[in-house]
Amino acid sequence: MKSNKKKTISDSNLLLLITVVIFFVMYAGAVLFLKGGFLRPQAFLNILNTNAALIILACGMSLVMITGGIDISLGGQMALISMCCAVYLDYMGGNIAVSILIALAIGLAFGAVIGFLVAYLDIQPFIVSLAGMFFARGMTTIVHTAPFNVANEKFTALKATRIIVPGLGTVNRKGIYVDAYIEIGVIVALIVVVLMFILLKWTKLGRAFYAVGGNKQSALMLGINVKRTKFLAHLICGLLAGIGGYVLFLNRGSGAVTNGNGMEMDAIASSIIGGTLLTGGVGNIIGTLFGVLSLCTIQNIVSSAGLGEAWWTGITIAAMLCLFLVIQSIVMARRKKG
Amino acid sequence: MNDKSKKTSAAAVLTKLTRNQIFIPLAALLLLVIINLIAGPSFFKISYSANNAGNMIFSGYPITILDFGSELAILAIGMTLVTAASGGQDISVGAAIAIAGSVMLRVLCGNAGSRPETMQAPIIVAFLAGCVVAMLFGAFNGVLVAFFRIQPMVATLILYTAGRSIAAWINNNELPIINEPEFGYFGGIIPGIPIPTPFLIAVACMIVTALVLKFTTLGLYTQSVGINEKSARLNGLNPTFIKFLSFVILGLCVGVAGLIKVSRLSTINYSVIAKDIEMDAILAVALGGNALGGGKFNMVASILGAYVIQFLTQTLYRFKVSSDALPAYKAIVVIILVVASAPTVREKISSLWKNRKAHAKEVG
Repeated sequence: MKSNKKKTISDSNLLLLITVVIFFVMYAGAVLFLKGGFLRPQAFLNILNTNAALIILACGMSLVMITGGIDISLGGQMALISMCCAVYLDYMGGNIAVSILIALAIGLAFGAVIGFLVAYLDIQPFIVSLAGMFFARGMTTIVHTAPFNVANEKFTALKATRIIVPGLGTVNRKGIYVDAYIEIGVIVALIVVVLMFILLKWTKLGRAFYAVGGNKQSALMLGINVKRTKFLAHLICGLLAGIGGYVLFLNRGSGAVTNGNGMEMDAIASSIIGGTLLTGGVGNIIGTLFGVLSLCTIQNIVSSAGLGEAWWTGITIAAMLCLFLVIQSIVMARRKKG
Repeated sequence: MNDKSKKTSAAAVLTKLTRNQIFIPLAALLLLVIINLIAGPSFFKISYSANNAGNMIFSGYPITILDFGSELAILAIGMTLVTAASGGQDISVGAAIAIAGSVMLRVLCGNAGSRPETMQAPIIVAFLAGCVVAMLFGAFNGVLVAFFRIQPMVATLILYTAGRSIAAWINNNELPIINEPEFGYFGGIIPGIPIPTPFLIAVACMIVTALVLKFTTLGLYTQSVGINEKSARLNGLNPTFIKFLSFVILGLCVGVAGLIKVSRLSTINYSVIAKDIEMDAILAVALGGNALGGGKFNMVASILGAYVIQFLTQTLYRFKVSSDALPAYKAIVVIILVVASAPTVREKISSLWKNRKAHAKEVG
């Protein structure tokens, strides 16, 4: 009886459960011990506001990781996209719609090239996306070197647009009611999460992604076009990178070479924390969402706990990553035995 | 008849040459040399003259390449072993160099603040401390990869994320400066010896590596673990230990490279030191024609690959490419390289070649 009960929690659900529990424990701990701003709903919404792009990127990264690949060029793409859009909007007087198209085109181009090399030429995804990262970072400086803020009026109006969340506002010290708000990027990110969840959970293509990542040979025998599936995964990841790039650009409002620095590593870390296995075949978009939230909550806790020195963020994230990797490895070992 | 056999033997030599692993870096080197010769042979001029401090030294672009390629060559040694044994790469070497360098400066500064008048410990002690710490971090990576079976790139992602933070933490985020000229010898020149010290250190590392590979079974064991872990175990090897060992050896290489790096500047900048060097080191291994999926390796080709990359960097600088834009060009080279060496592409080309030959025979 007992063993039956144990089996009902599958490995991927177990990993997801651990992540969700850790997130809530961490947030509750932050509320209890640090008081500060963590109790205000706006504090939580701010995490979403600043990290909407990371959520979108992490969704793409999870998808690629589910098919057994990895894409470390995402951070570089962020820089390239925001720089290209900024230059287009500011120096060429372009309009918003075309700048969004530029962002999507860059993302899709990267996704297509990386996907082709990985899927059809069978080259290691790490090396290919490494070259992609080099290329994106180099191209960014070729496009424009000095960082600058975009002054395009329509863009700044769009950037300042805030959507008020009813019922979550708080009264501040002066007794004035302040509305809680989110930025446009958060809406986009949430739509992406929902769409990706539906894609992975309830569509044929979604199941094909899991099958390819889980076992290439059996996927092939099931009649799945493995190469095309892998290519599509990278293509969708590229599309998401385009969307995420624009959301990041909207949040930062500037073109800078340093935009999206280290973001690929954050996306990988979030996916891993969210229970996506590096070996492929296991992963969950909801987990990824919680992975991003956990990561960002840690960063907030570290900075508000008085550990102002920048190095603590890196060390805590690394420690958390290490913990989750070891848990994953133990889960995998158990699975092989069982 | 005689003529024909001559032709075939020439063709055989050619195919043998192109099949040889060292052909790829050599061809790349030759290409770079030709490009530079066309652009102007003054690139290859080496002069023997006195430097600012009055020491006689060799100078010129080739010497610069040998000088600044040293860290990369040293790292390539360790990276080749890691790649061969574990089938993955270590992306934390840059961060580990920052840690090793930070430890060395910390030991040299002792309790005398971050700007000591004199060094508080002998350089050898600081160097050994740095090496031990670097090897410990290598061991940490090794444990994750060998015992917990985490993919090397992801396992080393941990140190990649934390490394520079740890390096800053070791020195309380201060930037120690060592003023004594002796410390600068390792990254510059020793008075009286006209060759840059980093190159001498790199040569010493190469000799040690060559001796180790010749007189121990390390190379054989590493390759057999990389080719087939299961059969290696069945033959009485311990794959876990060998993978672990390769990461510790890479840690030692990181320690040596770290000494050169901090000695060049006599100080450290945590976020910039050895930035992206892990990518170059991996590239050196790939350029050497070593399979990134593990297995057989060719150390000479890797080291040559490292110097070819430095040559490429220097060539790009020569054509007035700014250091920020450098990665874009390197990326193109990497893509060409990996596409050319991809098995599927090779098969296609060779089958095309065969078809053409068969076709020519039929016509003949």
